[in-house]
Amino acid sequence: MIGKAIVLALFLWPASVFAQGFAGLGSEAEEFTQPHQGYQFVFPQDHGAHPDFRIEWWYLTANLKAADGTQYGAQWTLFRSALAPETKEGWQDPQVWFAHAAITTPDRHFVTERFARGGIGQAGVTANPFNAWIDEWQMSGAFDGQMAVSATGPDFGYAFDMTASGPMIFHGDAGFSAKSADGQASYYYSQPFFDVTGLLQLPNGDIPVSGQAWLDREWSSQPLSDNQTGWDWFSLSFDTGDKLMGFRLRQSDGDTFNSATWISPSGQTTSYKDGAFSADPISVADVKGKNIPVSWHVRLPAKGVDVTVEAQNNDSWMDVSLPYWEGPVGIQGSHTGQGYLEMTGYE
Amino acid sequence: MLLEVNQLTKVYPSIDGPIEVLRGIDLQVAAGETLALTGESGSGKSTLLHLVGGLDTADGGRITLAGHDILDMDDRSRAELRRTDVGVIFQQFNLIPSLDVSANIAFQARLAGSYEASRLQTLAASLGLDAHLNKFPEALSGGQQQRVAIARTLLARPKLILADEPTGNLDEETADEVLEQMLGLVAETGAAMMVVTHSEKVASRMQRRVRLNKGRLL
Amino acid sequence: MIRVGFSAILSHWRRNLLQLFSLVFGLALATALWSGVQAINAEARASYDAAATTLGEGQYDQVLPRSGNTISQDQYIALRRAGWQVTPVLDDALGPIRRQVRLLGIDPLTAPAGLMPVGQGEGRDIVRVLTTRFVFVNPNTADLLPEDPALQVIIDDAVAPGVAITDIGVAQQLLGKPAQINRLIVANTQPINIPNLDKIAPELFVKSAIGGQDVQRLTDSFHLNLTAFGLLSFAVGIFIVQGVIGLAFEQRRSLVRTLRALGMPLRVLIWLFVGELIAFAFVAGALGVVMGYLIAAVLLPDVAATLRGLYGADVVGALQLRPVWWVSGFAIAFGGTAIAAGGALWKIARMPILASARPRAWAVESNKNAALLALAALALLVTALVLAIWGRGLLVGFVLLGCLLTGAALALPYFLLGVVSLGRRFARGPISEWFWADTRQQVPGLSLALMALLLATAANVGVSTMVSSFRETFVGFLDQRLAPELFVSVSSDEQAKTLDAYLSEHAREVLPVVSIDLQVADVPTALFGVRVESTYEENWRFLRAQGDVWSLVQSGNAAIINEQLARRADLWPGDMVQILPDLTLPIAAVVADYGNPLGQVVINEAQFLQRFPDQRAQRFGVRTDDPEGLSQRLMDDLSIEAANIVNQEQIKAFSLNVFERTFKVTGALNVLTLAVAAFAILMSLLTLSAMRIPQLAPAWALGMTRRELGQLELVRAVVLAALTTILALPLGLLLAWVLLTVVNVEAFGWELPMYLFPALYVRLGVFALVAAAVAAMIPARRLAYTPPGTLLKVFANDR
Repeated sequence: MIGKAIVLALFLWPASVFAQGFAGLGSEAEEFTQPHQGYQFVFPQDHGAHPDFRIEWWYLTANLKAADGTQYGAQWTLFRSALAPETKEGWQDPQVWFAHAAITTPDRHFVTERFARGGIGQAGVTANPFNAWIDEWQMSGAFDGQMAVSATGPDFGYAFDMTASGPMIFHGDAGFSAKSADGQASYYYSQPFFDVTGLLQLPNGDIPVSGQAWLDREWSSQPLSDNQTGWDWFSLSFDTGDKLMGFRLRQSDGDTFNSATWISPSGQTTSYKDGAFSADPISVADVKGKNIPVSWHVRLPAKGVDVTVEAQNNDSWMDVSLPYWEGPVGIQGSHTGQGYLEMTGYE
Repeated sequence: MLLEVNQLTKVYPSIDGPIEVLRGIDLQVAAGETLALTGESGSGKSTLLHLVGGLDTADGGRITLAGHDILDMDDRSRAELRRTDVGVIFQQFNLIPSLDVSANIAFQARLAGSYEASRLQTLAASLGLDAHLNKFPEALSGGQQQRVAIARTLLARPKLILADEPTGNLDEETADEVLEQMLGLVAETGAAMMVVTHSEKVASRMQRRVRLNKGRLL
Repeated sequence: MIRVGFSAILSHWRRNLLQLFSLVFGLALATALWSGVQAINAEARASYDAAATTLGEGQYDQVLPRSGNTISQDQYIALRRAGWQVTPVLDDALGPIRRQVRLLGIDPLTAPAGLMPVGQGEGRDIVRVLTTRFVFVNPNTADLLPEDPALQVIIDDAVAPGVAITDIGVAQQLLGKPAQINRLIVANTQPINIPNLDKIAPELFVKSAIGGQDVQRLTDSFHLNLTAFGLLSFAVGIFIVQGVIGLAFEQRRSLVRTLRALGMPLRVLIWLFVGELIAFAFVAGALGVVMGYLIAAVLLPDVAATLRGLYGADVVGALQLRPVWWVSGFAIAFGGTAIAAGGALWKIARMPILASARPRAWAVESNKNAALLALAALALLVTALVLAIWGRGLLVGFVLLGCLLTGAALALPYFLLGVVSLGRRFARGPISEWFWADTRQQVPGLSLALMALLLATAANVGVSTMVSSFRETFVGFLDQRLAPELFVSVSSDEQAKTLDAYLSEHAREVLPVVSIDLQVADVPTALFGVRVESTYEENWRFLRAQGDVWSLVQSGNAAIINEQLARRADLWPGDMVQILPDLTLPIAAVVADYGNPLGQVVINEAQFLQRFPDQRAQRFGVRTDDPEGLSQRLMDDLSIEAANIVNQEQIKAFSLNVFERTFKVTGALNVLTLAVAAFAILMSLLTLSAMRIPQLAPAWALGMTRRELGQLELVRAVVLAALTTILALPLGLLLAWVLLTVVNVEAFGWELPMYLFPALYVRLGVFALVAAAVAAMIPARRLAYTPPGTLLKVFANDR
């Protein structure tokens, strides 16, 4: 897929994009909007796309269980990447869309991806009513009500009905999420309280499942600073009903920048700046020839969290154009529960 | 005089410089005369024969054959002369390999325009060749081949017959036989004959003998 | 011992430089012709592969409209939204005729990998591709692109020639076709549960990848012809080598005996000979590949033009010396040497140690084999006949060719001996009798060279007949299709209406060209609506017809179909053809439509417009007595651009030009093969000339001039060549027949009519005679100037 190039060029290494010929477009007037502190979100508009920002995503992860107790994970992500801070009709539209879908079973991991250009109707997001789609994949409904999600790939498919059982929550400073000490940041909010029922279509047959899903919304124009090489992102749902979002951005000097949000069962949030949250690899596994930390020591002392987070399936490798690791995890220690782990930038 | 040779010279180039093979030969042969040409190897007797037969060119002097100055002739006229006035019999390889015996015998006569089929039969019979007329030269013995050459020459009725060791390759008995037949038939046609030979026996059967030494007649 | 032995056997060549030369050069020539032709073929094929990859043809299924050639963007989106993993392609000619480029617009985001040279190398990243108006082209195509400063031209060798690849958005703008798509490429993997195409877009259908190789199949016919030519040329070369090797081994019999007597084991000796041959084959093979490369380099531009013109298949006009040619070149050189030397080595191996060491005249000796060879020839020819009558399949076609040619070659000496004997019988006079007798004796010695000439001439006659038959057929077809003096095209229906009205007044006849693509009897077919005018009646020649074709079409009571549709659907005049769900007509005629892989149905214009009112003709054929003037008036009165008015003379001239190029290629190959055969004759005559002196000396002594002898030698060679040519003519025609009606049909499923070209054969025959005469000239001249002394030596006592 040619799409690989676009992910490489646009998503993870924005600096290189600016160095490579994109500068020609970077006249003053065409500069992307940057996130700023104190932004007032407006809904439902902000559920939709923000073409004046360079990148944006609608990111759903779900921890699911079948009737026989088998645990599954599912992912549905739509990315938007802008080549210029504008939209145009037809093929001239500089908005590029791509999407990933996955199902993780205890011993298999199904992945597929899609690409599309904006402007021709193949992919896009409308805010009111909320509808995000690329090809036949779709996520539509309300952030505070019912939502339907579906995707298919060459060897799998799923369709979920989701119901929000809690409020949307905002990360960082009221949705302004710092990503580095240098000031890189994004707008970041979530709906972590979806109850899910649905059907997994797998080579061995259809499996009815139910569980919980977490939908992230994030957009920015330059989320990483030059020296950041990748991140480890945790969304943990404890059996107590509390939830924890924590991420760690790795720097080329070995240092990390981290951040966390504690979410109470009723949706109250507490944000933690760099230094409060820690995540340290315990063991690594060889996944597709790379050393991936599949077992973590995660701590948030302020909330008495000291847990071991372990992958449910070590091989949750997203073998897409720009590969990364993303899969369901189990939690043991001071708290128990389950969640999702995303790890990027491991070479 | 049938043949007059005056001050004939022939020079061959060689690594050691030019060699004068013939150094001013004077010779006359009358019609019907037979002549033996003897001499050491390399004395020039074959060369003289070739020049007289119009087969090669000289470097000086004059050869008159039946009134023609043959050294002045071009290639074509000399070939004409060879057809009509001269008959040559070599020691070997006289015959045309692709033609059978009768065609070989007839060849020169037909070239000369003097072919008579009945005479061919007579000649072949008198030379003992009648059983071999349809054979090809490669199937004949050496003596038979020489007889064919003789028959061919006689059939063409040349004025001068030139023979170069005609029996040199034959065993003694055959040689004698062939020589006798040849002399008899030559006498019949009235042609003059010049024979180059090493053989005393052959030389002694000629009316006259001439000896060459280092390019000069003795 | 081995070194000593080797230097002993090699010493032969030092004294026989001519033999050495003819061995190496003959083998090299054979290899050169073979590898040259292979090179042209391989290069052309490599180009199609590039084309197939770029265009996605052959590799992927495609979604096409059932009628027309446009898919709307909405249909594309509908398919994507239903899960169909398809990628859109807009594909049309850009620029004026003769400078046209096939512009291919693709969507880099959804295209399968490899369709677009993106992400490889400097300045090709997707960002640049999506944000600039880039065009990827092959270096040869670059200067055909229209001048447009906004276009970023990126040179890429991997792009097929004649094609420019760009983003589909850019293509839609350049071609003025907003939101239009021609076809969709279907990705090899599709998601589960995608609905049937009929449910989403019943007006579209999937054409499977296998059906997309039309170009390949058409051009294969050209390649097959070239390959046949290459193989024949190689056979010609091998005849030379066989002769030379045979002679060299004969002449070294005494050496073999001496070496064996001195204690060298036979096995070592054989291996020494093999080593020697390998060395020669290596040198000759290398030389041959280089020469083949040169041949190909000279011919390739013409071949490229030929293929482009004939089939629309493009070949890059540049050559790369591919490793595979070295391998195949050497293989053929070694193989050829092995074939040629096998017999000679076998003889040496079986020769008793005390056998006569006298080099037997190879010429005379082979006489006794003549009967055996004649028997073999007869067997081969009978086999060929049996195969021609009952054989089936492509392989059988080639075996048939092989039997025919080998049989004829082996029969040649027998044929020559027969004719020469006949000649002798009618000969009058001693010289002519001697001439025929002597000619007869020369036949065995020259037979290998003459076989080479036979094959060369037969190949030339065969291939030329084939190419000319192609030409004849196509030119007739061009006359039929390009009868109108002008073709005028416009881009809107509005303009079309104005133009039609204008032309009705100012032109003798107006022939609108309107067509739509659809499926007839499951064959992809173009349906044409024609305005029946006398032009059609005068120019269209039918393969089969029934009744008054054009009046039937005029009255809407019949359709004309092309041969492709007729053969594929087995529909012939009298049969009914269902053209549309509501239109079934009897077939009035079948028309030849060469070079077009699609079916074609012709009905009258009114009938067509009644069913497809939206399809207005935008191209018009115009009959006029004043094409120049009318063009000018169209430009002045209707502001039609010059680029949209095509003078058919130009098209016709261009098409004919293509054939001229084909002829140039064929002609060049003709000259080359004949040169090889002439070389064989020259070598044989030179080799024989030493043997000739004792045979000729008596005739000279008895009263023939050397000049006469030389002239007769020349005449003899020409007579033998002429006899060979006479045999080559029917053989060549048989060859053409086999290629056109057996091999072509087996390989491609259609038959081309075979035409005869007497003038061409006379010319080829004269070429063959000239080649033989030129070859014989040198030995003949040498003979005419042989000093008398040399001739006299034959008779000398001390010889």
